[in-house]
Amino acid sequence: MTPPEQALLARRPDLAAIAQWVNPGARVLDLGCGDGALLRYLWQAREAPGYGVEIVDDSVIACVENDVNVIQADLESGLSLFSDGSFDCVILSQTLQAVHRTEAILREMLRVGHEAIVSFPNFGHWSARLQVALGRMPVSDALPYEWYETPNVHHCTITDFEDLCRKIGIRIRERLVLHEGKAVSALPNLFGSVAVYRCIAG
Amino acid sequence: MNAPHDPSSVGAAHAQIARFDSPLRLRSGASLPAYELAYETYGELNAARSNAVLVCHALNASHHVAGYYENEKDNVGWWDNLVGPGKPLDTRRFFVVGNNYLGSCFGSTGPASINPPTGKPWGADFPVVTVEDWVHAQAQLADRLGIERFAAVIGGSLGAMQALQWTLSYPERVRHSVVIAAAPKLSPQNIAFNEVARQAIMTDPDFHGGHYYEKGVVPMRGLRIARMIGHITYLSSDAMMEKFGRLLRRASLGFDFDIDFEIESYLRYQGDKFSTYFDANTYLRITKALDYFDPAADFGGDLTAALARAKAAFMVVSFKSDWRFAPERSREIVRALLDNRRIVSYLEIDAPGGHDAFLLEDARYHAALRAYFANIEL
Repeated sequence: MTPPEQALLARRPDLAAIAQWVNPGARVLDLGCGDGALLRYLWQAREAPGYGVEIVDDSVIACVENDVNVIQADLESGLSLFSDGSFDCVILSQTLQAVHRTEAILREMLRVGHEAIVSFPNFGHWSARLQVALGRMPVSDALPYEWYETPNVHHCTITDFEDLCRKIGIRIRERLVLHEGKAVSALPNLFGSVAVYRCIAG
Repeated sequence: MNAPHDPSSVGAAHAQIARFDSPLRLRSGASLPAYELAYETYGELNAARSNAVLVCHALNASHHVAGYYENEKDNVGWWDNLVGPGKPLDTRRFFVVGNNYLGSCFGSTGPASINPPTGKPWGADFPVVTVEDWVHAQAQLADRLGIERFAAVIGGSLGAMQALQWTLSYPERVRHSVVIAAAPKLSPQNIAFNEVARQAIMTDPDFHGGHYYEKGVVPMRGLRIARMIGHITYLSSDAMMEKFGRLLRRASLGFDFDIDFEIESYLRYQGDKFSTYFDANTYLRITKALDYFDPAADFGGDLTAALARAKAAFMVVSFKSDWRFAPERSREIVRALLDNRRIVSYLEIDAPGGHDAFLLEDARYHAALRAYFANIEL
């Protein structure tokens, strides 16, 4: 692993979980891929070829600089460029909470991919609950934005997400709940700050 | 404009002619017994011959891609903002070849050239040439220059069609294809604009069925109108609004049919200028080459099947304000490449310039091309 990749995984422990669920050689689609660091890592660590989807100009250019395939498109308008079942794995890391059409994107992920990997900040973490109880919008490592500048529009808790999956017929194969990079097993919706899910169509 | 001492200019360019004496069989079934191709090169071909990039031009450009002419210093190449030392397509690293397509009026054999058996200009007898024919001719030029495989082929608009066709006609001879402001085929609306332009030329009394050279006249009126129509489609509505609005050319409305609005003046100026240097027979043929381009046609309209032959890695770029070849047309290409699991990146630049945006210097556009070329291994 190169030093920038180590730094990335230290900063984003959910990515290590995602990488571990991507089979070697799997075809990967990373939605909201930023500068393409995860795709680059997946290519180097798992020989998994992939494409990123990104809307922000600077991020798209950064992907090209990182020699990562990137498609500039708006997730909100769906994944119409991609055919049914054309990927082994579709990743949405720390982006779900910023998507307007939450149900639609989850369905689209499982249309184009056999498997979906989703990570998001858990709004049910005790520190968020405490801040709300004290009358403030939560700000933390996992939720780093002030209310007036956040790109996030749809916060949810672990329980909320699992309810939605049940409602729209998405089956959860595996779940990993993290806090400060370590797995949380007891009372995950209270002690986990980031949740990572591996889902398939139900 | 680059001053001659500009270190980011390739400097003085030298147009060259390559002559080919074996016949070129054309898509139409006709063949050209012999032909010449005009070209310019910038930078040096490396020892491994792995750094050649072919730049394909669009409708009214030529092999003069970058730099200037010693005796004509303000004649700067049409893509000089992209090609040069330290520019996105860096001539310190790449050997760049600009080629003028067959049928042109700027140096390669075309309708105004002499047809040897008759000793007169080809005129209307010059065959209709296609994008495929141009690519075959360019492959002959590549052989002549000792280029077995291009590091990249790049073009915008009609040039992008050539960059795409290269990956289909010669999949082993191109490693990267940079396809900008493209369409996989023309829409009926596109063909309609071309047909109006052709009608303008062919109904000009000075056209003489294409044999106007010997009459000593030029169908300038037709060419002017053809260019005016074309120019409308190159600009976005917003760019026209920004540039001209409803500005008047004279103090108040004239209530006659002279020029009232700035946009009218601009179009007349563009039309007049074009009609003094462009050849009407060439214009007819280029618009036909555009109309006929449709790699999916032989595959029942299935673009994915058509692009299955391609082996290159692709960079596809479109511009949101381009309504001539709108982003959706580029997305068709991207979708077909994705279905074929090809290496592809796609950029959709929110630039205001319309179809002509591919010629302009937009920071994001050029940053992306710079990054793409920098990652091409030599």
